[in-house]
Amino acid sequence: MEILVCARRVPDTSENEIELNSAGNDIERDELVYSVNEADNYAVEEALQIRDRVGGNVTVVTVDSEDGEEILRRQLAMGANQAALVSDEAFNGSDGKGIATILKAFVEKGHYDLILTGVQADDGAAQVGGMLAAMLDYPFASLVNSIVIEDRKLKVSREIEGGNREVNEIDLPCVLSIQTGINEPRYVGMRGIRQVASVPIPTLAAGDLGVTQASVGEVAAKVKRVDYFVPASSKGAEILHGSREENAARILELVAAKGGLN
Amino acid sequence: MRTVVGIYSPINVADWLVPGRSLFLAMQIAGIACFVYIVSKRMVPLLRAQADPRFDRPLRRLGRVLKFWLGQWKHPRYRFAGTLHIFIFAGFLLLAARAFTVLIVGVSPNFVMPGLSGRFGPIYERLTDYAATVVFLCMVVAVVRRLVFKPARYAVPPKFGKAHTADAIFLLGLIALLMVADSLFSASRFAGLAQQAQSAESPAFLSLPWMLEIAIASTSRATLWGLNVGAYLVHAIAFYFLLCYRPFGIQFHVETSLFSIYFSKLDKGTVKPVRWDVPDEHLDQVKSFGVKTFGDFTWKHILDFYSCADCGRCAENCPSNAVGRPLAPRFLTIKARDYVFQHYPVFGKSNSSKPLIGNIYSEDEIWSCTTCGACEEECPLLVEYIDKIVDLRRGMIDDGNVPQSLQKPLKALESRGNPYGKMEKKRGDWTKSPELQQTGPVKVLDGKNGADTLYFVDSITSYDDRMQAIARATARILTGLGKNFGILGAAEKDSGHEVRRFGEEMLFQGLREHNTEAIKESGVRRIVTSDPHAYNALKHDYRDAPPVEHISQVLASEARAGNLRFNSVDNWLEIKDRVYTYHDPCYLGRHNEVYDDPRDVLDSIPGLKRVEMQRSRDRSFCCGGGGLMLFYEPQEEQRMGVVRVRMAAEAGANVIVTACPFCMVNIEDAIKVAGMEGKMSVIDLTELVDQHMVRTVTHEKEEKLEATTDGG
Repeated sequence: MEILVCARRVPDTSENEIELNSAGNDIERDELVYSVNEADNYAVEEALQIRDRVGGNVTVVTVDSEDGEEILRRQLAMGANQAALVSDEAFNGSDGKGIATILKAFVEKGHYDLILTGVQADDGAAQVGGMLAAMLDYPFASLVNSIVIEDRKLKVSREIEGGNREVNEIDLPCVLSIQTGINEPRYVGMRGIRQVASVPIPTLAAGDLGVTQASVGEVAAKVKRVDYFVPASSKGAEILHGSREENAARILELVAAKGGLN
Repeated sequence: MRTVVGIYSPINVADWLVPGRSLFLAMQIAGIACFVYIVSKRMVPLLRAQADPRFDRPLRRLGRVLKFWLGQWKHPRYRFAGTLHIFIFAGFLLLAARAFTVLIVGVSPNFVMPGLSGRFGPIYERLTDYAATVVFLCMVVAVVRRLVFKPARYAVPPKFGKAHTADAIFLLGLIALLMVADSLFSASRFAGLAQQAQSAESPAFLSLPWMLEIAIASTSRATLWGLNVGAYLVHAIAFYFLLCYRPFGIQFHVETSLFSIYFSKLDKGTVKPVRWDVPDEHLDQVKSFGVKTFGDFTWKHILDFYSCADCGRCAENCPSNAVGRPLAPRFLTIKARDYVFQHYPVFGKSNSSKPLIGNIYSEDEIWSCTTCGACEEECPLLVEYIDKIVDLRRGMIDDGNVPQSLQKPLKALESRGNPYGKMEKKRGDWTKSPELQQTGPVKVLDGKNGADTLYFVDSITSYDDRMQAIARATARILTGLGKNFGILGAAEKDSGHEVRRFGEEMLFQGLREHNTEAIKESGVRRIVTSDPHAYNALKHDYRDAPPVEHISQVLASEARAGNLRFNSVDNWLEIKDRVYTYHDPCYLGRHNEVYDDPRDVLDSIPGLKRVEMQRSRDRSFCCGGGGLMLFYEPQEEQRMGVVRVRMAAEAGANVIVTACPFCMVNIEDAIKVAGMEGKMSVIDLTELVDQHMVRTVTHEKEEKLEATTDGG
């Protein structure tokens, strides 16, 4: 099975202190460190496990500046067969639809049976997977937390609010957005990354994909960010300062008062 | 007058269908051939194993043989069993020459062991009479212990297989039989000689042969000869059976212990390189890291598997085992031994390609170890565990097989140089506290400032709100002592101590390279740290770092020199109700043998009342582990820290003093978990010293001191 995973580089919230820049329209990016988006990492792991079961290839693609190579190397070290960086100045300022347009062009350059995306990026809006499927006219299942392969069909399930699970059948080729927790992604160590240090990663520009300048980037974006702010922390937290016994009694009292104990 | 000094030959005694000499010779050749064959088969996995250069420093190794093998150094740690073992060991050594003589006289009647032909002969014989008696009695006691008293450490939990009691009893019984046969052989000879009036001598008074001689003295000559030959045969058969049976179980250590101890690890606190035969610079060419299959172990580690005597002392002292984690060092070895016996059989083909993880070991078992070293400290045979655990972890890291809970901190260490993912520029923020500004600001050695001493803070003490108090106390003490010191600040990265011990060697090497460079650039001549893990890393894992001391060593030497003095007890009355106990951090104590310095510092505080926990010094009980272990989510019944806090309470203490930030984290949490808040508290040695030291050094004096140190 030929599998494509669309991954993205994001500032890892656990390794950064996110602060607004002075202009107030973006975060301060000077000292950020980046990782592959967590849900995308699960998608890559799932692709590798499927490949190891049924054979085939896993390709990882990202739309980014040249810095995107960092996460592609990591995914190659994880075990992906190949990676591609899609990069062009013209892509800057693309909205979700713009990114989906670029990825659609990339998909059409190859032959993929299965396309996986993370359910959403840490700083994203969970748009690209669905849009990409619609543009390709492929079936789409979102929030997938289990995949069973049955010939040219898949049985995919997702969790419904409340913990129930729903199973759907979907035909290949298709696009799936992968939920975190679907598997346990393997660890990529320094050694793994060093071993793929010299593996070539092709860079494709707008021209290589046949993407017109007018369909992507800031010019084509119909959704535009107008503000970015950190909400003021609100009051409402009560901190108990008594002994353990006193605190336990107070908590019982509070929960009972809110109708939590019947 | 003795005609034959030594042992009377059984060939002369009776008429046999087969001439005795040929029978005995055939038996002995067969016995020896069997033993040689079995041992050569046991050598196969050793010869195919990974390199392990243990042929250096022969004098030190011989010294260890004298101490740990001949001197049985570790045995008295378990007073009763250890003493029993010392008797058995001494008995075996004494009896060795006699056993060989007995075997040889079956073939060559006039043989006398060289050195035993003169006046020493009879004395030696008397000695061996007693030796056989003592060994026999020890066997009886050992069997009774196994069957009646059943020490807990011999028990085999169901998850690790079946009980080993039957095998142990069988072996003990065989040795007892050997002793009885030997004694009967001697007794029947003396009785025969006495009847012939050839000799008026008898075996050593009250020994087993002596008693047997009395019992059989009046039997007929024919019966005596029969007994003599029978005893000889039983002795020879039991001897060769034992010789050939030992390589199949726990008594193989009789043969292997000498080698295990000679080749034992000499460098405490270190971790073996990924491959002994590949330098760090060429590690990229190594196809696979760590131990994944049996063939990835080094030959010494396989020798360890053979040598383990299954005594269970390691597991009894292992904190992981004590809190119900799925790890007991004893079974790490026993399972490997069962595996090697099965996969490198005496008859048939060897095959060892199966992965060990998921087959004989579980992932959690291998991650459960805190590398505290209690097992290695206890083992009478000096079996190594930490290096094996680290090698197995390297294998799992290499396969990407790492718990999710550890992946985040490892990634953060890679991108930010600390496991918490905090910003590098905030590493030195603890120095900005107003209380430090009073005693004197801390220099950051960033090229503009220089200093004689580097305070290596490490990640937890730099970033953790609570542990920053240790950093500040250390800084104030160093200032108070007039030391010219500074920190690396943002240029410092995690020492990587646990990174290496969790098997992420390449990440560790990256951190080491960075820090080594930063230390070199700072131009310092020595390093002080308040973190025993950083201390151990800088001392043993780093190569070109200046000499490093733990703060407790600095404090002890300053106290001895009279530079560190404390306010008298009248100035701080509250201390009078307190009973302190010192908890040895594993990487300060066991791994680096710094036991007395922190105690000396405490004892130099006037009026401080200190008690020892039962498990202290080299038997200290790990608090739960440091570094990445704080992120690991083990399967356990209770926390190690809780067990430790209870031990302190049992000792009658209400304040635990420690000298490690990780001990502080674990013990502080444990006091809460155990519900002992208000009854027990914990303080770092630096904090205690900082609270009570006399600060005579003023800023002016400090400058003068700096000037002199810079000049010198």
